[in-house]
Amino acid sequence: MSVIRLTVNGQAHALDVDPTTPLLYVLSDDLALKGPKFGCGLGQCGACTVIIKGQAIRSCITPVKAVVGAAITTLEGIGTIDKPHPLQRAFIEEQAAQCGFCVNGVIMTAKAFLDKNPKASEEEIQQAMSGVLCRCFTHVRMLRAIARARAELGTAK
Amino acid sequence: MSRQSHAPAEGIQTAETSGGLSRELAGTSISRRSFLVGAGALVVVFSAKGQVGTVAAQEFEGGGGPGAPSPNELDSWIAIGADGKVTAYTGKEEIGQGISTAQIQLVAEELCVPFGQVNLIYCDTALTPDQGITSGSQSHPTNFNHRNLALAAATAREALVELGSKRLGMPADQLVAAGGAVSSKSDASKKISYGELISGRRFEIQLNPNAKRKPASEWTVLGTEAWRPDLPALVTGQFEFVHNVRLPGMLHGRVVRPPAVGATVDSVDESSVKGMPGVVKVVVKKNFVGVVAEKPWQAIQAANKLRVSWSAGTGLPSHADFYNYLRAEKPTRDTLLVNSKDVDEKLGQAAVVLKATYYYPYQMHGSMGSSCAVADVQGDKATLYSPTQGVWPVRSSAAVLLGLKPEDVHVIFRRGSGCYGLNAADTVTFDAALLSQAVGKPVRVQLTRKEEMAWGENYGFPFVMDERVGLDGDGNIVAWDHESWSAVLGNRPGYATPGNVITGSLAGFSPEAFMARSPAPEARAYSNNSNGVPSYVAGNVGGSAKGTGRITSERSLTHNIASPFFTGPLRSPARLQNTFAHECFMDEVAARAKADPVAFRLRYLKDARVIDVLKGAAELANWEARPSPNPQSQRTGMAAGRGIACVAYEGNNGFAAMVAEVQVDQATGKVSVKRIFFANDSGPISNPNGLRNQIEGGTLQGMSRALVEEVTWDEQKVTSIDWQSYRTLPLGFAIPEIQVKLINRPDQPATGAGETAITIVAAAIGNAIFDATGARIRQVPFTPERVKAALSQTLTRA
Repeated sequence: MSVIRLTVNGQAHALDVDPTTPLLYVLSDDLALKGPKFGCGLGQCGACTVIIKGQAIRSCITPVKAVVGAAITTLEGIGTIDKPHPLQRAFIEEQAAQCGFCVNGVIMTAKAFLDKNPKASEEEIQQAMSGVLCRCFTHVRMLRAIARARAELGTAK
Repeated sequence: MSRQSHAPAEGIQTAETSGGLSRELAGTSISRRSFLVGAGALVVVFSAKGQVGTVAAQEFEGGGGPGAPSPNELDSWIAIGADGKVTAYTGKEEIGQGISTAQIQLVAEELCVPFGQVNLIYCDTALTPDQGITSGSQSHPTNFNHRNLALAAATAREALVELGSKRLGMPADQLVAAGGAVSSKSDASKKISYGELISGRRFEIQLNPNAKRKPASEWTVLGTEAWRPDLPALVTGQFEFVHNVRLPGMLHGRVVRPPAVGATVDSVDESSVKGMPGVVKVVVKKNFVGVVAEKPWQAIQAANKLRVSWSAGTGLPSHADFYNYLRAEKPTRDTLLVNSKDVDEKLGQAAVVLKATYYYPYQMHGSMGSSCAVADVQGDKATLYSPTQGVWPVRSSAAVLLGLKPEDVHVIFRRGSGCYGLNAADTVTFDAALLSQAVGKPVRVQLTRKEEMAWGENYGFPFVMDERVGLDGDGNIVAWDHESWSAVLGNRPGYATPGNVITGSLAGFSPEAFMARSPAPEARAYSNNSNGVPSYVAGNVGGSAKGTGRITSERSLTHNIASPFFTGPLRSPARLQNTFAHECFMDEVAARAKADPVAFRLRYLKDARVIDVLKGAAELANWEARPSPNPQSQRTGMAAGRGIACVAYEGNNGFAAMVAEVQVDQATGKVSVKRIFFANDSGPISNPNGLRNQIEGGTLQGMSRALVEEVTWDEQKVTSIDWQSYRTLPLGFAIPEIQVKLINRPDQPATGAGETAITIVAAAIGNAIFDATGARIRQVPFTPERVKAALSQTLTRA
C-alpha cells in the first residue's frame, strides 16, 4: 500500500491503495463512484471508460499508479440530473437505454470523440463507437442520441 | 413481518429501489426507512395471515412462500399516504425492459392519479407479493390483464369512490375519480382528495374480481409515451446497480472455479495465500472454492494465487461433432406436442416429400456486466442483494443452500446488467451467500468475465431440427412433421433446487433430475409454449384445434438429452430455435412450389392476428409478390434479397412478422442486413416508445445471435471466455434501418412483447440470403464461412 494522489471530477484525493490496483476499483470501491462499471476487466467492452487528458481510457486495465496526478473525469463529472451534459440530455430525450449498464461507456467514449471531432459524420461516430458494446442492443437510439448531442454541441460553439 | 423490520441498514442508498423513485431521490443518501415515512406507506404492515387461497393460486405464478403478502389483499399492492402519494408493490421487476414505466402508467391510469404521483416498489421479499419470476414475456399479461396489479388499482379506485360517497354524502354513481381526488360529477367544488380519504390507513379489503377497469377509450396515461423515470439517474452515474451496493463492514469475495467441466476438489492449500494483505478466509464447500478479503484487488490476487488441486474433468463431447451427438445420445426425454397419427400415411401418399435439417448452437446471455451480488449472512438470518429475476424463489432456494428457514432470508432485488433470461445472477447470489455465511460478515462478489461466460450462466439450448412435409400433385402441403433434439441441465433454481445453477451444484446440490421418457406419451392438452408446433398446422389435441394453421396432418416430437453444460431460458428459449426451422422450411417449401412466400404462408394460416402481422410487415416493406430466389440475382458479386418470417409467440402470447432485406457479398460470404420491416401485435399498447425500444433491441440482438454468436469448447472446458472468443455485434456495426408497424388491439388481453422480434430475425435473414443467392443456410450463426459453403453447394447443384 502507498499513498496515491488523484484528482477526480475536480476533487483531489489521497488514497492508501496498492499502486497496481486497476483505476476502476479505486473509483468504484474507494471513491464509491457509480458511473464507471466493471464489464469485462479486459478492456473489451467499454463499460469502465473515464476521460483523462481528453482521451477515453479503459479504467479496468489501467493501474492507478499510471494516472497519478492526472485529472480524471467520470460520468458523474460531466453533468448532473439538474444540469445534464448535452449527451446525457440527448440520451434521456431519445430514451436511449434499456438496462443502462453500458451507458457509461457509450456516453464517455462519445464525449471524448465529439470533443475532438465536433463535426464528425454519422459514419465517423459509428466508427468511433465500434469498440463499445451494448448487449441490450439499444444501438439505434444511442447513435441517434449522439447525433442529437453533436448538433447541440456544434451550435453551442 | 412489517415492512420496517427488514429495512436495510441506514445510510444505504436506496434511491433506485424502484425506477419511480430515482428521479426525485437520486444522488441523495436516503434510507428506505425515511423514504417509507415520507411516502406515507409506513403504516402498511403485512401479517402472515391470509395465505394464498385456491382461487388466487391458480392465477398466481408464484409459490407464495411463508410470509409472502397475500395477492388477494388490496394492501399487498397499493398504499396511499396522507400526502396522496401512491406506493404500488409489484413482483415484476425492471431489468431494463421498461416494465416499471408501464406498470406505473397502469396504476396511475386505474387509480386516476398523475404518473408522477406513483412510486413503484418491486421485488423485495419484505415488501412485495410473490409473483414468481420476471420472465417469459409474462410480466405484461400477469399485471395488465384483469388481475393482480391492475385489479388492485381498479379495486382501490372503487373503494376510494365508496369512501368519498360516505364523506360527501352523495351516491357513488354521482361521483368521479380524477386527479387523485373524488368529486361530484355535477359540482366540482364537492371534492375530497385520496390523501384525506384514506390518509395512510390500510384498505383492509380483498381484491374485487368485478372491479371495473377503465376502457382504453378513456386512457390518458396508458397508451402514452411516458418516459422512463430511471434514465436521468442512469445517464448521470447516479443509479444504484447491485454492483454499487455497499454495506458497512463489507468484504470482497472471489470464487475459484474448476479448470475443467466435472473436475472436483482434491485439496486446497490455504498456506498458499497465508500472509497476503487483506485476506480474511479461504472457503471450501465440496467443490465450491472462494476467497474473502478486505478489498477487491486483494481478493483477486489471492484467488489467483490460491493453490487448488483438482481432479481431471469428465470430458466433453466433440464440439465439431456435437449435432450428431445430440441426435444419437441416449437416454432421451420425449414429448409429443401434436400427433394426428396419420402423418406417416400422408407422407407416404404425397407426390413429393421435402426434408431439411436445421442446427442451432448453444448461445450465451452474455451480459455486458459480469454478475454481482452482496450477501449479509449472520447466524440464522440472511439478507441478499441480488439481480435475480425471482426474489421469492431465490429466497427459498438460498435457504436450502444455506441451511436456513426461508422466512429468515430476505432477498432484495437490485438491477444487474441486462440479463435476457438466466445469466449468472442467481449463481453469483449463491456465491456471495456462501462466502458471507463462512465469514459472518457482508460479502460482495463480482464474477470475472471468464467466470460469467464459462462458469456462471445457464446457456441457451442447442437444437437439431428435422422438418418434413408432403406435397400433393398441385404443390399443396398435406402433412407437416417436426422432430427436434435438444439438451438440458439445470434451470432457474426455483424454490427448492439451488443445484440448478453452477454454484449450487459445486456446493453439492443436485440439479433437477433428468427424467428419461421414451416413447413420448400422447399430448393431453394443447400447448405451444416452445413453438415446437409450426404456425401452419391445426394444433388438434383432444378434439379441438387450437393452433393457428390449417394443415391437419401434423406431428411435433421433441427429444431432450442431458446437456454437458448448464442450460436455461435465454430470451425466446426453444421458441427462437423452433421458429428458425419452421419459418426457413416454409420458405423452402414455397420455393419448391414456386409460390410467393407471403401468399404461400397465407394459404395455410387461419389465425387473423398472425395473418394481420404477416400482411402488415409485407405492406410496410412494399413486398413484391414473386417466388424466391430473386430471378434477377447473379451468381457473383453482391446479391440483394428479401425474406419474411412470422410467429404466434408461444402460440398466443404475441404476434409478429418481419421482412429482412440483405446484401450478400458472394466473394466473402459476408451478410449485411440493410432494412428491417416489422409488424407487431401484443394486444393493447401501454407505452409505444417502450414497445419500440424492445422491438429495436430484440431485432438487433436477434441479428447478433443469427450472425455471430456461438459457444465453443474443447475436450475439457468452455473456450468462449471473453468478447474475442464469444462474439457480439458492437455499437459500430452497420445497423439496418428498422421500420415498425404497431398494431394496437385495445379490446384484447395484453400479451408479451419482449421476445416477439428476436424470435423471427434468424429466419427472416436466412430467407433473405436464399432470395438473394439461391443458397439455403440452415445453421446458426450465419458466419461468412458457412454462407460460402452454402453458396458453393448451390453452384454444385446448378
